[in-house]
Amino acid sequence: MSEIRAQFAGRLGSFDFDVGFVAPGRGVTALFGPSGCGKTTALRCVAGLERLGGEFALGDEVWQDATRFVPPHRRAVGYVFQEASLFPHLSVTGNLTFGQRRAADRGVALAEVVSLLGLGGLLDRAPARLSGGERQRVAIGRALLSQPRLLLMDEPLSALDREGKSEILVYLERLHDVLSIPVIYVTHDMGEVERLADHLVLLERGRVTGAGDLHAMLAAGDLPLSRRAGAAAVIEGRVAEVDAAYGLARVTVAGAEILMPAGNAEPGMRRRLRIKADDVSICRVAPENTSILNILPVRIVEILDDDGHQATLVLALGTAGEGARLLSRISRKSRDVLGVAPGETVFAQVKGVALA
Amino acid sequence: MIDTILLTVQLATVSTLVLLVAGTPLAWWLAKSPNRLKEGVATVVALPMVLPPTVLGFYLLVAMSPQGPLTAALAPLGIAPLAFTFPGLVVGSVVYSMPFVVNPIRNAFEAAGERPMEVAATLRAHPLDAFFTVALPLASPGILTGAILGFAHTIGEFGVVLMIGGNIPGQTKVLSMSILDYVETLQWAEAHRLSTLMLAFAFSVILAMTLIEKRLRRRLR
Repeated sequence: MSEIRAQFAGRLGSFDFDVGFVAPGRGVTALFGPSGCGKTTALRCVAGLERLGGEFALGDEVWQDATRFVPPHRRAVGYVFQEASLFPHLSVTGNLTFGQRRAADRGVALAEVVSLLGLGGLLDRAPARLSGGERQRVAIGRALLSQPRLLLMDEPLSALDREGKSEILVYLERLHDVLSIPVIYVTHDMGEVERLADHLVLLERGRVTGAGDLHAMLAAGDLPLSRRAGAAAVIEGRVAEVDAAYGLARVTVAGAEILMPAGNAEPGMRRRLRIKADDVSICRVAPENTSILNILPVRIVEILDDDGHQATLVLALGTAGEGARLLSRISRKSRDVLGVAPGETVFAQVKGVALA
Repeated sequence: MIDTILLTVQLATVSTLVLLVAGTPLAWWLAKSPNRLKEGVATVVALPMVLPPTVLGFYLLVAMSPQGPLTAALAPLGIAPLAFTFPGLVVGSVVYSMPFVVNPIRNAFEAAGERPMEVAATLRAHPLDAFFTVALPLASPGILTGAILGFAHTIGEFGVVLMIGGNIPGQTKVLSMSILDYVETLQWAEAHRLSTLMLAFAFSVILAMTLIEKRLRRRLR
């Protein structure tokens, strides 16, 4: 597995840029932070489009260190820009094959990408005659066909309207399932992170403020993610059973089984669940005669007080706290009345579970 | 008269080709280089737009004279003095028309921005490869404008030719000079014919340029 190691430093506008991270050699690593935090600069440095001091290696392939700087056209990256940036003088096919014709190997075939991204009807069109979502799909296909060993995406959804966004997200999720190369995905939208990322690097003013596995990061007490408004936990699960009569699926996750709307789920499918902190309340004894379907034994890992009148509880599923992390947001009064403390076992009532 | 027309078209064609080959890399450098001296170079290129053609012609004549610096520089290559020759006219036309070719091409390169070249680089295209397969096609409306302006200006030039041409039939006698000759010898009918021809030519060139450019731009939008 070719691990990604990056370290870049230099002056960037009004602040010092010093970003270093290590990311796994497969799956999606999100670089997340507010606008102007330097995440795009980091991505451009990885591609070699920008040159700051530092190092970059993809597995044993070094693209930059103290003595060498591989120019961008010799790096096996696919780069998807914010705007699709298709070549207006070439047809869709011309755009798709531009990188393919120049790549050393031929692993990814045109037909494969066309069917993966649903580009069949567009091949002869000029870029000017495509919708925003279609253009971005062609741009993604073009990047994949250049036979990259690393795919870089710079807020690929931000220039699209809502319709275009949800269209592309479906394709990105599909890519996530089939792609064997690692992806670095820059975004300032937590929703995209929750749906797509496996690994998360937090950036602020040109510094890394946290990095690690997505699920752990979302529920980590020492990071701002668990405290933000709209905080949620993301849990990976597998569909164990579908109850068609009630339209419910029983999903096995680490430390629990969760019932959720079945949608088009079938037994054996992998599902990513998103559970908002506001949708989880706790009680000392298992409630009876309640409409809530998911009542799960959990262990309290940590209690985080915010500046106001609320507290966020980091919970671990299972009586021994061996399972996945969950967040619960309750009032400070409830916390005091219940007298809960870290290490105790309580019951979490989960009011809503959604697909991430 | 046919001789004169052919010679004029030949001069404009050769000059335009030289201008495109020399002017396109120059325009690229002016558009992309971070060098602080480049605006100085751009000013030198632009001078013919402001200078009276006779001033330009005078300096060119001095440079091309048997004792001139250009003659001295070309002598080791076995090239005779250029004054009053067709190659001399080409050199003069190239200098005179340079800004009309370089400026639109430079603007086109600048308008395209950095992004297309960055995209090409991430798609494994060597910078030179990307220049020919991306930058040039994207700048094609500007290149076309430059070529047509250069061609038309060369056809219409008078002052420079007057100074360095010598008005030798079949060698350096071009249309604009013939008109002067006809007027001076009171051959009004011939002067009218040539002038009408030039007028029609100028009209067609500008109209054709506008239409073709519009089409190209629409395609590249």
